[in-house]
Amino acid sequence: MTRLEIQSISRRFGAVQALDGVSFTLNAGEVHALMGENGAGKSTLIRVLAGVDRPDSGSLLMGGKPLVLGQPSATQQAGLRFIHQELHPVRGLSVAENTFLDHPYPTRFGLVNWREVHRKAGEALARLGLGHIAPNRPMSELGAGDQMLVRICGTLIKNEQQSDPWHYVMDEPTAALTGEESERLFTVINTLTDQGVGVLYVSHRMPEVLRLSQRVTVLRDGQHIETVLRADTDQDRIIHAMTGRDLSGLFPALTSALPSSGRPALRVSSLSAGRLKNISFDVQPGEILGLGGLTGSGRGSLLRALIGDLHRDAGEVLLDGRPLATKPAEAWAQGLAYIPRERRAEGLMLDRSITENVALPHLTPFARGRYFLDPQRQTKIADAEGERVRLKYADLQQPTRQLSGGNQQKVMFARALAGNPSVLLLDEPTRGVDIGARFDLYRIIRALSDAGKAIVMTSSDLPELIGLSDRIAILQEGQMVDIVSSERMTEAALLSRFYQEQKAA
Amino acid sequence: MTGTIRRFSGIIGMLAVVAFFAISLPDTFLTPRNLLNISQQISMLAVVAATMTVVMVMGDFDLSVGAMASLAGVVAAMLFVAGWSIPAALAVALGVGLVGGLFNGLVVSLIGILPFVATLATLTVFSGLAFLISDGRTIFGRDIPDAFGDFARNGPVIGSADDRLLVFPNLTLVALAVIFIIWVVLEHTSYGRRLYALGGNREASRLAGLPVTSLRLTAFAFTGVGAALAGLMYASRVASANPTQGDGLMLTAIAAVFLGMTITRDGQPRVLATVAGVVILGILDNGLTQLRVDSYVREILVGAIILVAVGFSALSRRNLLRS
Repeated sequence: MTRLEIQSISRRFGAVQALDGVSFTLNAGEVHALMGENGAGKSTLIRVLAGVDRPDSGSLLMGGKPLVLGQPSATQQAGLRFIHQELHPVRGLSVAENTFLDHPYPTRFGLVNWREVHRKAGEALARLGLGHIAPNRPMSELGAGDQMLVRICGTLIKNEQQSDPWHYVMDEPTAALTGEESERLFTVINTLTDQGVGVLYVSHRMPEVLRLSQRVTVLRDGQHIETVLRADTDQDRIIHAMTGRDLSGLFPALTSALPSSGRPALRVSSLSAGRLKNISFDVQPGEILGLGGLTGSGRGSLLRALIGDLHRDAGEVLLDGRPLATKPAEAWAQGLAYIPRERRAEGLMLDRSITENVALPHLTPFARGRYFLDPQRQTKIADAEGERVRLKYADLQQPTRQLSGGNQQKVMFARALAGNPSVLLLDEPTRGVDIGARFDLYRIIRALSDAGKAIVMTSSDLPELIGLSDRIAILQEGQMVDIVSSERMTEAALLSRFYQEQKAA
Repeated sequence: MTGTIRRFSGIIGMLAVVAFFAISLPDTFLTPRNLLNISQQISMLAVVAATMTVVMVMGDFDLSVGAMASLAGVVAAMLFVAGWSIPAALAVALGVGLVGGLFNGLVVSLIGILPFVATLATLTVFSGLAFLISDGRTIFGRDIPDAFGDFARNGPVIGSADDRLLVFPNLTLVALAVIFIIWVVLEHTSYGRRLYALGGNREASRLAGLPVTSLRLTAFAFTGVGAALAGLMYASRVASANPTQGDGLMLTAIAAVFLGMTITRDGQPRVLATVAGVVILGILDNGLTQLRVDSYVREILVGAIILVAVGFSALSRRNLLRS
């Protein structure tokens, strides 16, 4: 039996100290939960363990022997295995071939020995009690849960140079699984720990963590907060350890009296789209509705369904009393604006000018006679909107790549405002934005709501969600379970609402 | 179920083409002599398409194969002119293919240029080299050793028909050998299975610790050597070499792989399916020629048939995904 010791690992990215002297030990045969908010350093630690990222300082000891850092093959050979949130199956290959993805195939006379491949894969499947999956089936025929279990089987296969897998790192393994599939995974985890294997289990799903783990380690802002026995802690204590900071006048005061009567700016009734089921809510003009929930709860999908990027299967959406168009271009024209989460990948044309980026969804309304671009008008609008969002730039013709993250996001806001929308959809509006620009964005969002715009926003940053929103809608696995007032809401209380087990869904 | 229908619809379509020609040309089409003739006509395409399958398995392309085929033919011919022996000249020409292929792989995998752009550029380079070396002329006649030209004309005798001997063409034997090698590599070696994994999910392959860079780099060597070999086969068949004679191979080879992909179970490139694609293209060409269809019209027809086959398969796959 062997232990994995994580010793004062530190890693810095630019100005951000992602990990600050983190130490703890993963024992054989235990499920060890790793908890922390987004940005607490969990992902960085996983990347360090996987050898994909090299820490600035610190060391990893496997059974007392130091591991070579920054080399994926070294951790593999020492017996560490990783189950990532994304399944990464190769759908075109068979089950057996997927289990052999990270191993050399057994060969005879230099050719693949298919009988041996299927035999070993079958053995690994049987060892985890997965006899129902035939090794020669195409991976594409399996459900997401079985695909993940097959990938776990793959980690059991070894060659002469490798030691047995001693430790698993599972990063949100249930994110893509149904309840039933998760149960099967938990059975497999139990089988593994009974065989003496340690599992570092990273998940946002509190019920799973409380049920599976023997010990819990909490990270916050890159620092190790505590490692305690499961028996000595509970949901409240873990949440307190994860959050543990206070709001500090960062948020402009909420506007008082909302016009609660009158026609809502946005009315959503029984909307179903993708994983979203039966969602209903109203947003009044001047109101900020926050969407809260865990990763995978469907917050971003809800915004995408509204703008028309995700097909709406059922339900009705009214914008200012009129049915909302189902295509993004028409929805923009109708007075809906959307700021996507990944501004570099989904938002900006990085090599194009500020003006062009601002004008992008409005080319038709800004055009002369509908079809001919009107550059002067575009510049004038970009200039006016840029000023409104306090955009700092040298030249409107400057490529947006040259701007800071905060100013890039302000370009996105300028774009959203240029169409004079009545409803704005903001997906993680302050993601990757420094604190100064963040404050500007808060002021902009507030000013917009004061001017009567309705805003629907998501944020993984709880203080921000509480500080900005008038009300917070809580999503769990595609369903809206509650809408709460943000007044006197605390982070811990909100987070426990996210985690609250759904009453018999 | 839908998968089976889709799979068979491609094969049924191919059989329908064969049946159509067999009925339209009762005396000349399904004769051993014509079939052997087709096999020789398509042998060069088969070699290029089989090796093209290797890179397309990874989701990459090699557009430079036609130019490489021309270049290899010209290199060998110029060495003949310079008095080199046949084996030495062929070895150098194949070596040129190997180096060119590895260069493609290097540019694509290490430098990270898109295969489309990279091999489009090397296409131009190879083509220019072929013109430079040959001075833009066709090398033929006494400069080409008889034994080289005779190779394509000969082969083991397997019988006789109409009082003439039936010869199994050497070029067909070469193509069969190449197909067999590629089949073994792709289906029965770890290397080949890694290429499939890479094409199926590059991120998964990287995370699984596969040497993505070296796999991509080396896979392009196959197309380089395959193209050079096809160029030599062509030169042997016409007993001459000029700097553009292989150019037509590239598009047809890629089309053959795509046609093949329409009949595989999961829509992936597989070498035997590619061969089926090559055969069908060869049959179309041969049959339409015998029917005296104008060669320009022939091109339009062949292109349309490729569009219909690949389009049909894309549509049914989209339905499959939706359900």
